[in-house]
Amino acid sequence: MQDAPFQIADRVYGSRLLVGTGKYKDFTETRAAIDASGAEIVTVAIRRVNIGQDAQAPSLLDYLPPSQFTYLPNTAGCYSADDAVRTLRLARELLDGHKLVKLEVLGDAHSLYPNVVETLRAAETLVKDGFDVMVYTSDDPIIAKQLEEIGCCAVMPLASLIGSGMGILNPWNLKLIIEQARVPVIVDAGVGTASDAAIAMELGCDGVLMNTAIAAAQHPVLMASAMRKGVEAGREAFLAGRMPRKLYSASPSSPTTGMIG
Amino acid sequence: MITITLNGETRQFDPDLNLAQLVDRLGHTGHRIAIERNGEIVPKRLHGETLLLAGDRLEIVVAVGGG
Repeated sequence: MQDAPFQIADRVYGSRLLVGTGKYKDFTETRAAIDASGAEIVTVAIRRVNIGQDAQAPSLLDYLPPSQFTYLPNTAGCYSADDAVRTLRLARELLDGHKLVKLEVLGDAHSLYPNVVETLRAAETLVKDGFDVMVYTSDDPIIAKQLEEIGCCAVMPLASLIGSGMGILNPWNLKLIIEQARVPVIVDAGVGTASDAAIAMELGCDGVLMNTAIAAAQHPVLMASAMRKGVEAGREAFLAGRMPRKLYSASPSSPTTGMIG
Repeated sequence: MITITLNGETRQFDPDLNLAQLVDRLGHTGHRIAIERNGEIVPKRLHGETLLLAGDRLEIVVAVGGG
């Protein structure tokens, strides 16, 4: 069965798994994990150059050339719409006019829960400014719809809190978001292991974005491979259409005739 | 010498330095960076003709690992 193309803004991608590039032991492990994940879209953060440190030291870009991956600059650490917009304008300059970005505006340093009011404000400004905005948000279906109406190219509700690995806490809200959305829905944050990614895809999500679940595993490269399979298995199961749930079945899988005796 | 704020730190540089020369002194020529001067992005093509002035607040950023 042919799957529908996975399209974000004006580009089609083969992998429905998007990954972050933070928290790895070193750049070699970062690259190995991302290769094992099969991800084509990788998130990056925008930070000040370390003045005074060795300017010739290897950088992330040496290990993940922008020619081989689609960079998704994020606004991690931003707590206001203004800071997020400023960060992404710098990212666009840094990446030669690159328009695809991940907007996230946090509300609380303890939980890293998104501030949806500031997120809506930033989304409006960025869309008007010509950005293709993939937006991290809560699993509130009303906010998700509003972000879509503003013109975001993908809506990315959390499964649970950033870096928590708690899995999908409210599948029913995600289902509501998926049913109404006309842009891709990507679960972003909270996935802990491959079955979480599979469940997200079985619900009908278009993709999954994760970082810590891979980077904080005991063996990140192996977990990256597991996540790739989890996303693929979940997608196939969604397309296949699962059997209905029932408390018991009076219809055994083996024939009821031809029994001995 | 003129005093500027570079990535939040007070620094002194020769006068009449342009942004391309500053980037070179910092060892970042050819690297993917972006510069904001006094809250406004200075596009790469203008680095060579944008002079550093006393009191400027500069932010120079790169892409780093993040999720």
